[in-house]
Amino acid sequence: MKKFIISMLSIVLGLIVGGVILKLSGISPLEAYQVMWEGAFSQPNYISYIIIRSTPLILTGLSVAFAFRTGLFNIGAEGQFIIGAMTAAYFGFVLNLNPWIQIPLVMLMATLAAAFYGGLSGFLKARFGVHEVLSTIMLNWIALYLSNHVIFIEGFRRPSMETTEFINPSTSITILEDWKISDMGLEWLSRHEFWQSFMRPPVNAGIFIALLAVVIVWIILNKTTFGFKLKAVGFSPLASEYAGINTRIKMTQSMMISGALAGLAGATHVMGVSKNIAVLAAHEGYGFDGIAVALIGSNHPVGVLFSGFFLGALKYSGQKIQSSLEAPSEVIGIMIGAIIFFIAIPSIFNFVLKSWRKNP
Amino acid sequence: MSLKNVSLLLVSFFMCTVFSQTSFAAPLKIGMVTDVGGVNDQSFNQSAWEGLQRTKKELGIKVSYQESKQDADYPANLETLYDAKNDLIWGIGFKMADAIMIAAKQNPKQKYAIIDYSYGDKTPPNVVGVMFKAEEGAFLAGYIASKMSKSGTLGFIGGMSVPIIHSFQYGFMAGAKYANKKITILEQHAESFTDAAKGKAIANQMMGKGADVLFHAAGAVGDGVIEAVKEKDKMAVGVDRDQNYMAPKNVITSSMKRIDNAIFNVVSELNKGVFKGGKTIEYGLKDGAVDIAPTTTKMIPSVLLEDVAKLKKEIVAGKIKIPNNQKAYNSYLKTLK
Repeated sequence: MKKFIISMLSIVLGLIVGGVILKLSGISPLEAYQVMWEGAFSQPNYISYIIIRSTPLILTGLSVAFAFRTGLFNIGAEGQFIIGAMTAAYFGFVLNLNPWIQIPLVMLMATLAAAFYGGLSGFLKARFGVHEVLSTIMLNWIALYLSNHVIFIEGFRRPSMETTEFINPSTSITILEDWKISDMGLEWLSRHEFWQSFMRPPVNAGIFIALLAVVIVWIILNKTTFGFKLKAVGFSPLASEYAGINTRIKMTQSMMISGALAGLAGATHVMGVSKNIAVLAAHEGYGFDGIAVALIGSNHPVGVLFSGFFLGALKYSGQKIQSSLEAPSEVIGIMIGAIIFFIAIPSIFNFVLKSWRKNP
Repeated sequence: MSLKNVSLLLVSFFMCTVFSQTSFAAPLKIGMVTDVGGVNDQSFNQSAWEGLQRTKKELGIKVSYQESKQDADYPANLETLYDAKNDLIWGIGFKMADAIMIAAKQNPKQKYAIIDYSYGDKTPPNVVGVMFKAEEGAFLAGYIASKMSKSGTLGFIGGMSVPIIHSFQYGFMAGAKYANKKITILEQHAESFTDAAKGKAIANQMMGKGADVLFHAAGAVGDGVIEAVKEKDKMAVGVDRDQNYMAPKNVITSSMKRIDNAIFNVVSELNKGVFKGGKTIEYGLKDGAVDIAPTTTKMIPSVLLEDVAKLKKEIVAGKIKIPNNQKAYNSYLKTLK
């Protein structure tokens, strides 16, 4: 409960900081927030965009949160996301089976690849004592360049483009993708205004996978001995080793699960939204945003779910102040930074809460 | 933009329409979506926005932009501008080709335009593609490079072996050979548009082999090329924009792509009610959409400048056929005396 209050207070303070910056750049904060609010909720297609935007953030947020809960700081969600996306794009392109087999299979492969990639950092820490922060940061770049390299595989690359070929339609998890541009679909949608708007963006099944992942992570952490052991290693590696837990294996396992979640984010993104991967000049930030999501959601699966939606909405609607008010959309980045800054210094709130309790 | 500015603009627009006695219409509203480079990328996104701002100043158009942070933002940003009821939506750069295609099909009444991409016969009726005859500017740059070279060896550094880069490459080589048939040209693609360190390494290697004028068409890789040239005090040819400011003593000219002029052209036509949907427009030297940099006049002797001016006239008149791919280049070489 206290964590929840801290998160909410931090969000409010972050919005205030954002407002001050908007004011300094000569834009009315109230007007900007109104544009953002309307840009997020005034039309059904905005809601679907927020859901689409939030899906990878919830999953990478879960990934980071899971590692946090077991005492590891996974900065590598970014790289694991890339590995997941790359694997999904590749196998989604080469394989073409029945969708009921194809979709789970491709998703599983992407998840396994990312689990292996995440597990690598866990193994390096368990076996050689390499701190996971260092190894994951470096592995992020290795993933980025590996992906850029794989894109240029002859046959996989779309001729004379910096992207790959699209995945086969059998790999797509976009909902009613063909139907909504078919004559029948267009006709039906033209009679149903809400759905017409709602279905315009690439609405996909990724959100259900994310919700399922929230439940599974919650169960692992709270209802299984396996999760209990992982958390024990996080609290005190020495004590848990004394209690007979193999800490090395547990660290690796924990990083594998964390990696798998981030890889799943990449897979749903490719299979539901982008349908291919493109050469990256720099990190796109899905994994790094996951750190923010985990922190705002205070590393609780359900908290992560809500903070994922919150950040997704903020990122989606925040861009709109650019075209309508000519405001710098960097304000959103500053706002998120400020929110995390306030979350990271809870002692301020403790101080405020205490003095408020003393003299209400 | 304050209310006062808007009303001022509106008033001036009214005046214009009244005096030119054309029928009254509300000012056009036009938006653009940048690619992930952002609006201050020192390159084509920035140039595009400069073009739109000019339409605001000179034609009273309402303009706005929407920056993309990730490739996945393109559809969402196109939709934001669609919901804002723009008359025309620009996608800047070929990376947006797929997103524009889908949006154009979903919203058949909305006009779209895309820079640097041609859908060929498949162009939807509500989309116009804008391409540049980059080879024409590159030809002039190649001619200058060839005349300025003391060692008789030039270098070309491309980003990737793709058609857009080929037009620079073969235009440049054709121009160089036009000036001096015996000139040697080293060619290499960096397989990147971002890795400046790689550009520097390739540039150093080429200079080691005797090249003294280097031309790049490789985005940010070129920053490294120009840096290397500056260190060794050789000559470089910039691309897209006037890059002389990056090394004022070394960048002798730039093969410019005037995206701003192209955007201005399309928008001012639309302002008169003309929209060439379903087609790809090719802009060249004739339209002022490709050219060599204005700073060239400071960097090369005036005799050479006169030659270049003459060449320009011949190209505009269609007397020189400039190749934009390898096959055309090979047959072009045979026509040289």
